[in-house]
Amino acid sequence: MTNLSSSETPSRFARFMDSDVLHSFLRSPSAMIAAFITLIFILAALFAPLIAPYNPFDPAQISLWDGKLPPSFAGGDDRYLLGTDNQGRDMLSTILYGGRLSIIVGLAAVFLGMLMGVTLGIISGYLGGTFDAIIMRIADVQLTIPGILLAILINGIGRAFLPVDVRDEFAIYVVIIAIGLSDWPQFARITRGATLVEANKEYVASARVIGLPSWLIMVRHLLPNVLRPVLVLATLGLATAIISEATLSFLGQGIPPTTPSLGTLIRVGNEFLFSGLWWITLFPAIALVILVFSVNLFGDWLRDALNPKLR
Amino acid sequence: MSELLKITDLNVEFVTRRGTIKAAQDINLTVAPGEVLGLVGESGAGKSTIGNAIVDLLEHPGRVAGGSIMFQGEEIRGRTEAEMRSIRGDRIGMIFQDPQTALNPLMTIGDQLVETIIKTRGYDQKRAVECAIELLEGVGIDNADLRLKAYPHQFSGGMRQRVVIALALAGKPDLVIADEPTTALDVSIQAQILDLIKQLCEERQLGVIIVTHDIGVIASIATRVAVMYRGKIVETGKVAQILGDPQHEYTKALISAVPRADKKYHRFEAVDYIEGGASRKPIDIATHWLGKARHQSEDETPAVSVKNLDLSFTLQNALLKKNRKMLRAVNDVNFDIKPGETFGIVGESGSGKSTIARLISGLYTPDHGEISIQGQSVLGNQRDPQVKQARRKLQMIFQDPYSSLNSRMNVMNIVAEPIRFYKLTSSEAETRQIVGDLLDHVGLGAAVANRYPHEFSGGQRQRISIARALATRPQILICDEPTSALDVSIQAQILNLLKDLQEDLGLTMLFISHDLPVIRQTCDRIAVMRSGQICELAETEELFNNPQHEYSKHLLGLMPKLDLLG
Repeated sequence: MTNLSSSETPSRFARFMDSDVLHSFLRSPSAMIAAFITLIFILAALFAPLIAPYNPFDPAQISLWDGKLPPSFAGGDDRYLLGTDNQGRDMLSTILYGGRLSIIVGLAAVFLGMLMGVTLGIISGYLGGTFDAIIMRIADVQLTIPGILLAILINGIGRAFLPVDVRDEFAIYVVIIAIGLSDWPQFARITRGATLVEANKEYVASARVIGLPSWLIMVRHLLPNVLRPVLVLATLGLATAIISEATLSFLGQGIPPTTPSLGTLIRVGNEFLFSGLWWITLFPAIALVILVFSVNLFGDWLRDALNPKLR
Repeated sequence: MSELLKITDLNVEFVTRRGTIKAAQDINLTVAPGEVLGLVGESGAGKSTIGNAIVDLLEHPGRVAGGSIMFQGEEIRGRTEAEMRSIRGDRIGMIFQDPQTALNPLMTIGDQLVETIIKTRGYDQKRAVECAIELLEGVGIDNADLRLKAYPHQFSGGMRQRVVIALALAGKPDLVIADEPTTALDVSIQAQILDLIKQLCEERQLGVIIVTHDIGVIASIATRVAVMYRGKIVETGKVAQILGDPQHEYTKALISAVPRADKKYHRFEAVDYIEGGASRKPIDIATHWLGKARHQSEDETPAVSVKNLDLSFTLQNALLKKNRKMLRAVNDVNFDIKPGETFGIVGESGSGKSTIARLISGLYTPDHGEISIQGQSVLGNQRDPQVKQARRKLQMIFQDPYSSLNSRMNVMNIVAEPIRFYKLTSSEAETRQIVGDLLDHVGLGAAVANRYPHEFSGGQRQRISIARALATRPQILICDEPTSALDVSIQAQILNLLKDLQEDLGLTMLFISHDLPVIRQTCDRIAVMRSGQICELAETEELFNNPQHEYSKHLLGLMPKLDLLG
């Protein structure tokens, strides 16, 4: 029973501080560690130009004479903590810049997939009928093709349409679109499912009786109520998108070596692995694994916290 | 030893991070063999908690904080899980609310019974099967030997509850705890199940604890009753004494809130004890915004007119028309609602009464027929301004207060939404002022505007729904089972509120309910529905005193008897 006499309303911040989600977060060490590491990666990505000892994109700071130096603790040069790659770039700096690129691509791709999937999912779920049937069959067909193959396909087509001289410049956008487009059916499915449940609830019926148009019902009433599962999927999807980008780049289909992402770095390092230059591939790979692992852990916790029934 | 169960000073608490909730405080109860003890109270009163505490089935984080539970002379508090399990199986049987979920859908009835019997009585397979047949016959299931091979889904709800009772008796218990055993069942089946429990109780000298919110159930089965309010027992005694001459204020309020089918009164009195809220502020309709849109027409144009209404749902689609399975939810329905009256539709679940409400409000479109609101046909082109205008005169209040409000919007935005959408006010400040007035008017007080729906109880949410419905300044209000999800005292308050609003605003109401006493208390004229058709349409008093149709007579006969009430 609510006490009606008190008129104080807690602010948004106070409500958040008192929420069960935050409480569950503070009680879950793995979620906190995962969030902490993810945060470090994001901060490192944001401030890479400030933190990194060198700018790997500035030819003036690179000297081929310094190429292939092992990490400083393994008998290398003191200037390069994690060693240098074949072109003489400092590994620590390239990893910071590469991580930045990977996270940007991941976030943008997930956002694209989410935007498309949620829009189509809500419309499908609420309007139903032919539109629903067509969209969901397209989604079904797309889900039969492995996501990474589809991304390669879209990526290849995208590149083919670009003039050769700007290909490298626009490569990052093509990769984002390729991963985003290969991602949307999952968002569409989960949104449609949640929409079907929500649309049957009486607050939607009430909005219809008031006479609100469909688009307003979808935006104001359905969208905020279907976002929870989407948020979980987006977090887990971020990890997948970063992996997809790395895979594309590793296969030589993604970000060009001149502005390397983590995947590109691993590929370049891979060529030198058998010549004993293990650090070129190992450190970017460790960074990738830790980043993806923490994002996944955080996503798992989020899923449990937002959906208590699953526990 | 005359007492089967003796509970002294039992305390149950739930420890949460927001503090400790005392779900049951200082509970003292006794049950004798052959006695049915009714534990009555409204939701959240702690009545189920006591049942669960006895058999140590409290849900986390609940725990028994103190007191003793003596069962057949021995303390059963603080036993190990294994000991409790054998007590639960052999000596205390449980009957749950929903027979749908109390049985395993993948096992036959026989397997479930036999398994339980073997475990509790240690019989061999052959003897256990014989015993299972005996039990099923004992709870009134015919052809028990054939039924053993049936699965739960092949049984009706009432039959399933009989099986659950048989399961509870499998271990030859001395005490049976029945938690809302008939709440999920239709009225006609409820009576049979209650008779069965009573009969078994007498035959086997069982002690029975019936946990229920329904005074009618208590009146028809219990020998003694304990009334619970906010975790405490406020009154205990013989049923006739408690129902006929209640002493505690809460018991009085509870009993006066039960709608009576035998006589009509203007308002439910003395129900304010239960949920205090801000008092209702009347509004001067002549000058207030709420009154501006209305022009009381004196002519006799029906507020709502329905002609030859038909609607079928597709149960099973198929390419060929003859293979499709259709359900005629509404079948050639005709009626007129006069301006200013309350028109009731009553019927059992699946009779099509809610479908009619949804047809009139435009949520469904009929296959055939005609619907007009104040003479304006509202089928056809929905973008026609005249149709839109007519539709706005009609608003709807829904059954489930927990899903009828968008939980992501605060009360201000919920109630203001139609006002803002139709630009019914000249400024945002005026909108806020009017939302405050509306909230005052439904008895919540303007201060709640910044709260979110989850902070309110069911009855308070229903008040928010009503305020939202009033925000378009409707002249016709459709109430689709507006109180069936609420406790009886809250129901009385909401019905009072609807009555007040109708008098203040001159609303026409279409009131839909399965509950005959509620219908009698609210409606001027009543249509009785069965499988999509209206079988009788009459003035309220005429219907209740002199029903014409066979089905109306049948329905009236099923009403719970409350003769014990003074």
